[in-house]
Amino acid sequence: MSKGILYDATMCIGCKQCEQACATENGLPYDDTIAAQDVTSAHKYTAILTKDDKFMRRLCMNCDDPACASVCPVGAMQKTALGPVTYDKSKCMGCRYCMAACPFRVPKYEWEKAIPGVRKCIMCSKRVTAGKQTACAEICPTGATLFGDRDALLEEAKKRIHDKPDSYLHHIFGETEVGGTSVLLISSVPVSLFGYPTNLTERALPMYTYQVLSRIPDFVPLFGMMLGGIYWITHRRQDVAEAEANEKELKGGAR
Amino acid sequence: MTVPRIRFTFWKAVFIVIMVAGIYCTYVRFFHGLGAATNLSDQFPWGLWIGFDVMCGVMLAAGGFTLTAAVEIFNIKRFHSITRPTILTAFLGYLLVCAALMYDLGLPWNIWHPLIMRNPHSVMFEVAWCVMLYTAVLALEFSPIVLERFNLQKPLKIIRSSMIVFVILGVLLSTLHQSSLGTLYLIMPNKLHPFWWSPLLPVFFFISAIAVGLAMTIFESSMSSKYFGRELELPILRDLGRVLVVVLALYGILKFEDLYHRHVLNQVFVSSYEQRFFLLEIFLSVLVPLGMLLVPRIRESAQGLYLAAVLTLLGFVTNRLNVTITGVENAVGGRYAPKWTEVVITAMFVALGFAIFGLAAKYLPIFPEEKAHIPTLRQPEVVESELAVPAHAGD
Repeated sequence: MSKGILYDATMCIGCKQCEQACATENGLPYDDTIAAQDVTSAHKYTAILTKDDKFMRRLCMNCDDPACASVCPVGAMQKTALGPVTYDKSKCMGCRYCMAACPFRVPKYEWEKAIPGVRKCIMCSKRVTAGKQTACAEICPTGATLFGDRDALLEEAKKRIHDKPDSYLHHIFGETEVGGTSVLLISSVPVSLFGYPTNLTERALPMYTYQVLSRIPDFVPLFGMMLGGIYWITHRRQDVAEAEANEKELKGGAR
Repeated sequence: MTVPRIRFTFWKAVFIVIMVAGIYCTYVRFFHGLGAATNLSDQFPWGLWIGFDVMCGVMLAAGGFTLTAAVEIFNIKRFHSITRPTILTAFLGYLLVCAALMYDLGLPWNIWHPLIMRNPHSVMFEVAWCVMLYTAVLALEFSPIVLERFNLQKPLKIIRSSMIVFVILGVLLSTLHQSSLGTLYLIMPNKLHPFWWSPLLPVFFFISAIAVGLAMTIFESSMSSKYFGRELELPILRDLGRVLVVVLALYGILKFEDLYHRHVLNQVFVSSYEQRFFLLEIFLSVLVPLGMLLVPRIRESAQGLYLAAVLTLLGFVTNRLNVTITGVENAVGGRYAPKWTEVVITAMFVALGFAIFGLAAKYLPIFPEEKAHIPTLRQPEVVESELAVPAHAGD
């Protein structure tokens, strides 16, 4: 059963305990300066954003069919069956295609390091594998961040919107975006206010490149054969022309 | 000969300055990281080194497969005399792309990983294999030039007898590689501006690579005649110019159709940041060179051909930079301009390219009908000229 996170912005009080728990879980520094940063970075995998009295959380959406894992040439990014999208630095060669491809601009880079790696929320993969909640969901005092089976969370989100139709925008961000994501967001204001993209397709992004890549095994033998054929025809034509010329000369000489 | 002597010292000095600065920037890059050496950021994970050194480097090497395909596969013999310089350019181009990748990759010592770690769903995996295999194929295609120089008849015979296999492999790999650099961006429909994102990106990258291959060959032959004192093969260049007309027209029409069917055509007439760069690209790459080459008087003249070729090259360089940088700036909400260290490294690779081409032209039988002239001390002009070439590196 695939796990997920439901973030209900209407229940969030902006206490940023999720940020702190995330930093502790991942061995990252956390202090007032970092708490004040309203962007995710190589040292901050999740951020609570504030606009007037509204809150929103940024974290890796852990897509069902993630662009980052699809584009990684060495498979350093992996979508696990449980939901988290993980990263293995020992495989990474640092091409940063994952960063370029991610529609949510989640993967961050350790630009200042001589031996850098990609950094992002991996939905507490170790904890989840051990049957535990993510650190952010465990610490959340209001239940704004909820961990569970994605299907159940989706039902819960629908129920909340149905029960209090005036408190929510009738859209679950992550239900269908780029083919669905493990993280689901519901809110009373558009998520685009907080920098989430709105021009996303429902189609999973890896399909765009795979429909081209999947043709290569057909293309190579057919195009190779065609080139060989053209070579044969053009050179055969030349051989024939030369042979005919020789023949004429021979006949001319015999006469 | 006093004038070239002054040029010689000037360009030699420029070359040395670029190299010294390049070594310093190399130190910064590898000991202080990408953050210290570049303006790359979480917003712009790819910048000048990917946009120019890799994207344009591969594109400018396209003359190799275009010309070998024409001569070896289509058996168009009159192009034979100009294939060797194009193979040299392609080989050099790919070696420099590999070198540039070592700078851009965050963990360059893991560059071999795609050999044993496979993800066939990744375009970058395809790109990695194409770079490795095509560089190897280019080395084989280039090897007869070296073997001839040292008169090694036996390996020469073996290589020559299997050359057609390498040529077909080279054309296959180039087709895949050139198009795959466009395929890379297919996964970013919500990031890349609609002027450039198109399901046809791989096709555009491939067709423009052929156009650039032809333009690069014209450029290179013109330069060689200017600096190596070679006779200009004007009739051959005219033929290349004619083919270039067809390829550019095909590209232009396809571009129009693509914009029209994706309902982006009206945006071409609305002023915007992207629109200005798009118009610059279209005028330089297609409209102006095509217009020039359609006029017989210009198409027949050496200067006209040279100018049209240079514009085509500049136009498609603009295109690659637009796809890598301009087209994503709005989506990521920022502007990118390379740091001086990035520019220096790029300039270093361009300068190295020109210098090695000059050395190869001097020591190896690159121009087949002439014997490889063993340089003597009485030929200072040749030495001068190869270093004078970087004059156009920054064009």
